[in-house]
Amino acid sequence: MLAVGVVGAGVAVVTLRNIIHSAVAMMICFGSLAGMYVLLGAPIVAAAQVLIYLGAISVLILFAIMLTQAGDATVPAPYHRQLPIAIVVAIGILALVVWAVIQTDWGGAADVVGAGVDAIATALFTVYALPFEIISLLLLVAIIGAIYLARRPEEDERAN
Amino acid sequence: MPSLEGYLVVSALLFSIGAFGFMARRNAILLLISIELMFNAVNLSLVAFNAYLAPADNAGAVFALMIMAVAAAEVTVGLALVIAIIRTRQTPEVDQYADLRE
Repeated sequence: MLAVGVVGAGVAVVTLRNIIHSAVAMMICFGSLAGMYVLLGAPIVAAAQVLIYLGAISVLILFAIMLTQAGDATVPAPYHRQLPIAIVVAIGILALVVWAVIQTDWGGAADVVGAGVDAIATALFTVYALPFEIISLLLLVAIIGAIYLARRPEEDERAN
Repeated sequence: MPSLEGYLVVSALLFSIGAFGFMARRNAILLLISIELMFNAVNLSLVAFNAYLAPADNAGAVFALMIMAVAAAEVTVGLALVIAIIRTRQTPEVDQYADLRE
């Protein structure tokens, strides 16, 4: 059921003509993925999925769409001219990965044991403390970069 | 009862959908959305591997959280770039960005 939600919404994202509908389908896809994380016994990942993807990234993308779209967002020709190549390559990737998944013997994969939130937090702040700090530095750099890119050019400021 | 193979096949489907969208669509913002789909496909496979194959350590979940943070940084900078490009070019369609070719 959740898989149908994920894949169906994913197909809708790349096929719908109106990009706002695509963004809403993306939110449905990410919400279904959060449900799958709960089923996989990783509630902290599901919570982060809802907070970051459903909350932050979706709103950011919807803002960007509404900032850039003038009038009707439905486009007559949404596809690039390399559409046939894209279909072939995507089906090729899918076939390769599915073939590898089926061929491999995943031994002892029977039950899902939920990873506790406290265990993940302990791992995050002991074993993975250095990547955690690097991530915070990366986020700081991304904030500064986004502010720099989104700033209006100098002559606009003088004109205002 | 869902199995590891089921999750991995869903992940592969989502990844190829994202790859298809990235190659076939013309809108620059939709290319970023497609990249997010591929990030999520990888996250799903990592969490599934963690849950089924190595439930003792939480490397998969931690890695998925790290990927989410990197994806957030990526989409922030990417959207700022896309908005700046759309503001100068007046179009979101990537096949009209041909300045380097001329």
